[in-house]
Amino acid sequence: MIYSVVGHYSLILGLCVGLILIFFSIQNFKNSNQLDTKILSFSFLQLFFVLISFLALIISFVISDFSNETVFNNSHTTKPFFYKISGTWGNHEGSLLLWLLVLTLFIFIFLLRTKNQPIKYKILTLGFQQVIIIGFFLFLIQTSNPFNYLFPIPDEGLGLNPILQDPALAIHPPILYLGYVGSSIIFSSALAATTLKMVSTSWAVHIKKWVLISWIFLTLGILLGSIWAYYELGWGGFWFWDPVENVSLMPWLALTTLLHCILVLERKEILTSWVIILSIATFTLSMCGTFLVRSGILNSVHTFANDPERGLFILIFLFALIFLSLFIFFFFHQTTKDNSSKFFWLSKETSILVNNWFMMYFLSVVLIGTVYPIFLDVISSQKISVGPPFYHKLIAPFLIPFLFAMAIGPRLKWIRSDLKDKIYLISLLTISILISFFIVKNFNTNILINTILISSALYLFFITLRDFFNKKYKNFAQNTAHFGFSLLILSILFNNLFSSEIITNLKVGETYDNSKTKIVFKSINQKTEKNYKSIIANFNITNSKGINNNLSPELRIYNQPNITTSEADIKTTLMKDKFIVINLVQNQDYFNVRYQVKPFMLWIWLSVIMVSLGGLVSFLQKRI
Amino acid sequence: MKKKLIPYSIILIFLIIFAVFYRSLKDTNIYTPETKINNDIPIFSADLLLLNENSNSTKIFELDKFYLLNIWASWCVPCRDEHPILMSLSKNNKLTIIGMNYKDNKKNAQSFLDKLGNPYEKIIVDKNGTISIEWGAFGVPETFIIYNNKIIKKYIGPLNNELLIEIRKIIK
Repeated sequence: MIYSVVGHYSLILGLCVGLILIFFSIQNFKNSNQLDTKILSFSFLQLFFVLISFLALIISFVISDFSNETVFNNSHTTKPFFYKISGTWGNHEGSLLLWLLVLTLFIFIFLLRTKNQPIKYKILTLGFQQVIIIGFFLFLIQTSNPFNYLFPIPDEGLGLNPILQDPALAIHPPILYLGYVGSSIIFSSALAATTLKMVSTSWAVHIKKWVLISWIFLTLGILLGSIWAYYELGWGGFWFWDPVENVSLMPWLALTTLLHCILVLERKEILTSWVIILSIATFTLSMCGTFLVRSGILNSVHTFANDPERGLFILIFLFALIFLSLFIFFFFHQTTKDNSSKFFWLSKETSILVNNWFMMYFLSVVLIGTVYPIFLDVISSQKISVGPPFYHKLIAPFLIPFLFAMAIGPRLKWIRSDLKDKIYLISLLTISILISFFIVKNFNTNILINTILISSALYLFFITLRDFFNKKYKNFAQNTAHFGFSLLILSILFNNLFSSEIITNLKVGETYDNSKTKIVFKSINQKTEKNYKSIIANFNITNSKGINNNLSPELRIYNQPNITTSEADIKTTLMKDKFIVINLVQNQDYFNVRYQVKPFMLWIWLSVIMVSLGGLVSFLQKRI
Repeated sequence: MKKKLIPYSIILIFLIIFAVFYRSLKDTNIYTPETKINNDIPIFSADLLLLNENSNSTKIFELDKFYLLNIWASWCVPCRDEHPILMSLSKNNKLTIIGMNYKDNKKNAQSFLDKLGNPYEKIIVDKNGTISIEWGAFGVPETFIIYNNKIIKKYIGPLNNELLIEIRKIIK
């Protein structure tokens, strides 16, 4: 009870500090010889208040204070300690508070770490950032206060959705938010730089660190969400083109493109319009994602309690930010004279531009697939859902030239280039095509498209692999990321092509046998845990090579709230995952058994880690 | 002129997007028709489930007390979802929960309650669905809040945590 009061008032104080900061920024901006020390201390104070408020919410969760509405809705006394804490941000109100915490933390770090930039620029960035922060404060206090009071005090809470009680999901939101919120700094500073007409190479060098850090977090955040979906949702996939996944992928695509543009801007003052628009797009896409998820317009696995009032607030806030940034862009930005059309056709600049257009294409496919159903519903009240085939058909063919561009592009020189080692490149290409043809030939699939897809990915794989040992080639970070990406595409392709699946209904003691696989349903155990009961089924699976595996998938019946979840049992080896999941068949002794062999699963995760490692290397690298 | 055209058209596009999102936001509201609210409850007589007796509206609904009438059926999947919420509301002694078993068979209804618990004080049997029509119900589940023989609130579709809080506020 006391913690809710503390939390609530420190939120209000944080909002007040935000208003004071805006006032100081305006004053300081007029006579800007030196950064006002008050600004720094008030910025710290704001961070402090939000932190207090966040800690208060954590404590309310830990001590199960059900007079707090958020705790009541999302917690329960029997919940394990770890999930009491992670439950803090596993719900709408708490996650917004976390978002606010990261916002204030990042702007404070920004003010501390940015030394060599002009004062006006720093103040203006702070100003824009405060507009965002105040917007979030108002949103939180007005429509989703985490400290609402309940009376009479309930004895027991409603419990956290069991599918959210998972370690990967406990850290997935914070990491994703670090990425999202990092993009808000890029947004503010891009607007500030545009207003002051200082979008230049030195600005690019300075903002690159922020782009990299949010890119790394966003990549890892998406990865964690994907891992969670793989073993918790029990559908045996890792990416479902679910609207909420798309919503996290869109800022990632924009941010990745931005990263490449910044690399160009670091050296030459070109592509400035690209950089500004992408900075704006990354953040607005993150916000748009928040809007789509929290307003309940989209239906997906991420069911946040939805409320039209909240949706309306974010919608107005989002479009206010969009119009503000459009105004600044059109009013202040002047395109430099050396237009991008004047590049020599074979140069690094052109290849980056090619990359940009491909990324924009992927982005628009995902964007259209995600919002088109909403538009159609409003305009003609037709309900459709856009599924994986749409994305696969539109993305896969364009992946081929994209991968080739990724292989060749980094080898080109700035301004003007020609390919010296043509023989080497062509021979590698031939080898890749031959290898992929022999791989694909043995399977009953569409040979042409798969061969080309695999060979383009293999080509990138070989070229980047070779470059690790090439002493002349210095860009280790880029090479690591591109190598990781080729590995990712290869793993996904192999995973798609070579997965096999058996779906059958079995009773205890029964055996399923086809020529390749034998599944024996040996026994069933029951176990009672603190907040759930579980049924554990024991299977023995023998494959054609005679390799024996014992797998024990689980059904959990949570008592609070009353939900049944299936926990898959996965045997992970270097080359393949064996995945088994059971479900109850209503009113029968049969269990629905799904057994899948999924090759290269581990490599999908590893390759994404490798991609972000590339970002990390670049982040730590001193500029040459 | 040509230079200004681009910003204006972009702004126009964003305005259209805003309008569409705004509209779709309105559509997702939980649908609550106003027509039947604040009307007197209909008069009826019906059998009671589990008790083997006949009763009528005046016997069931007394003045100056809060009632929650919940229309449910064992075959209705959303009813299963909202059941824990009814169970938690049944612990509140300011509110009496009356069930209306809609187009259901007795055996299934009984086993539904045995499995998930019985939050209802009395259950009206609406075998052919005529009583719920009198109440102005569209289907199952549907929930009415009644005070002084008047319907003061109506919810279509399963109850959720937010409505639970709203109901708690009303009876306070």
